[in-house]
Amino acid sequence: MSWLQKLLPPKIKRSEGGRKSIPEGLWSKCPACEAVLYATDLDNNQGVCPKCNHHHRLRARARLDLLLDPEGRYEIGCEVIPMDPLKFKDSKRYVDRLVAANEDTGEADAMVVMQGAIKTVPVVVACFEFEFMGGSMGSVVGERFVRGVKAAIEQQMAFICITASGGARMQEGLFSLMQMAKTTAAVTQLTQHQLPFITLLTDPTMGGVSASFAFVGDVVIAEPGALIGFAGPRVIEQTVRETLPEGFQRAEFLLEKGALDMIVDRRELRDRLAALLTLLQRVPAV
Amino acid sequence: MKTTFLEFEQPIAELETKIEQLRFVQDDSAVDISEEISRLDAKSQTLTKDIYAKLTPWQCAMVARHPQRPYTLDYAELIFSDFQELHGDRNFSDDHAIVGGLARFNGQSCMIIGHQKGRDTKEKIFRNFGMPRPEGYRKALRLMKLAEKFDIPIFTFVDTPGAYPGIDAEERGQSEAIGRNLAVMSELKVPLISTIIGEGGSGGALAIAVGDSVMMLQYSTYSVISPEGCASILWKSAERAGDAAETMGITASRLKSLGLVDRVINEPVGGAHRDYRIMAQSLKKALQDALKQVSDLSPAELIERRFDRLMSYGRFREQPIH
Repeated sequence: MSWLQKLLPPKIKRSEGGRKSIPEGLWSKCPACEAVLYATDLDNNQGVCPKCNHHHRLRARARLDLLLDPEGRYEIGCEVIPMDPLKFKDSKRYVDRLVAANEDTGEADAMVVMQGAIKTVPVVVACFEFEFMGGSMGSVVGERFVRGVKAAIEQQMAFICITASGGARMQEGLFSLMQMAKTTAAVTQLTQHQLPFITLLTDPTMGGVSASFAFVGDVVIAEPGALIGFAGPRVIEQTVRETLPEGFQRAEFLLEKGALDMIVDRRELRDRLAALLTLLQRVPAV
Repeated sequence: MKTTFLEFEQPIAELETKIEQLRFVQDDSAVDISEEISRLDAKSQTLTKDIYAKLTPWQCAMVARHPQRPYTLDYAELIFSDFQELHGDRNFSDDHAIVGGLARFNGQSCMIIGHQKGRDTKEKIFRNFGMPRPEGYRKALRLMKLAEKFDIPIFTFVDTPGAYPGIDAEERGQSEAIGRNLAVMSELKVPLISTIIGEGGSGGALAIAVGDSVMMLQYSTYSVISPEGCASILWKSAERAGDAAETMGITASRLKSLGLVDRVINEPVGGAHRDYRIMAQSLKKALQDALKQVSDLSPAELIERRFDRLMSYGRFREQPIH
């Protein structure tokens, strides 16, 4: 904790972490339809706006909680924690950013991997935590991902990755770029064992995460309205000097262009995933 | 070809201009000034050596982007013989920012794949400044599979600012194209030797650079994001690109010491663009060595070795679980 944070009264500190997808306050405003929502209503609706169906961003653990059966969950890879191989420093030191992100989110890095079941179908799910440095992929994300894949292979179960990331983590330089190759190579092992690999792309999925394993899933799913792409909209606008078409890089746009298998409403996700997993693994429906 | 000098090379440029003038004078002068010229030549050499001995990472990036730097097609001509360029991704079009084809390397069949930049404005546009669209990566993929089918080793040459960030590229699945290549390269049954010859710009570079050996020319760079991009995000100003280059670690020597590249190939004094032939010779020697290292491996051994390399990337700590 920095000296400034120590000085600030706890109330102010909380508002600082108020960028959370589901705010802790009693009321919140839907960024899509601007309706004022009662937090409990939003929570009870899996973070989907009851008025306009906008899918709010979810924290990794909240998402896993909604997706997995309550029994038999087991976290994988939490022993892997970050370091600062480059002694990276911009306006802030990377080590300080790590500490701050850890205090903000309670996570050690931007990925949580959990073994469990969806409607009794066993799976390993790797989920990005966007609130931790924009869900950026560095060495820890890569390694936890790979350990998740290994566990899935050892236990002969499917592997699902839920993405929410701005891309590779700049603060780990080329180590981060190499995570693209590492994670993507790992999922080819699932294919060799005929185990399903499903990706669920949520808002946002960009850069190095989008351009690695995200689109090599056996089935590629996206949440409604999610921003998904290689280059960020601002970079594209600066490059081509044109205004981007309406809905550009949104899930619906990608479905239209043939990049996705389906867009699934969050409230139907468990059913749809269970159906896909059992179909792919040629086992009876659940 | 007259050398284009970079900003930090101005002292060399001034000296070279002086030498040029003296040479001109000498032609119609009775006095012999050849001694003076060779003295200045030697001085210019020493000066170049000195300046290049302490290049900053940012200056190195400038050399990597030098407009006269040898490109993939230059090496195709200087190192290989019988180059047969193959075009197109069979789906959409032929991307000119990536070139490839069959060739002979010391008489043996091989596949060459590399980014290609242009020299003059017209060619730069034709090559899209070396920034491939998805069809470029899909052409590369097609050629890799072709090489695999006929048991032919692959040499890739990386020189791109990055994959093209455009509307059309996104529409046709830039992400998928890059990701697919990463997956396929990790399982290729033939040797893949990758060399960064200029700019190694992020995912657009990696998409043809998952190799059994990854080498870098001395003044080439390889990074997760361009120094300008990194600076504009983290410092909110592209002016700080020099700082970003410094802290990200983008140079061959730094990446070698971090264990991320296998070999640094020395360049001629003052950079590859000063002497294509010498550069090509050293590169050829390095390619030979790299290929020899893996040529006796069976496909299974080769894939296992490549997979283990990929899995070893990354730096993290492990804490005991409570």
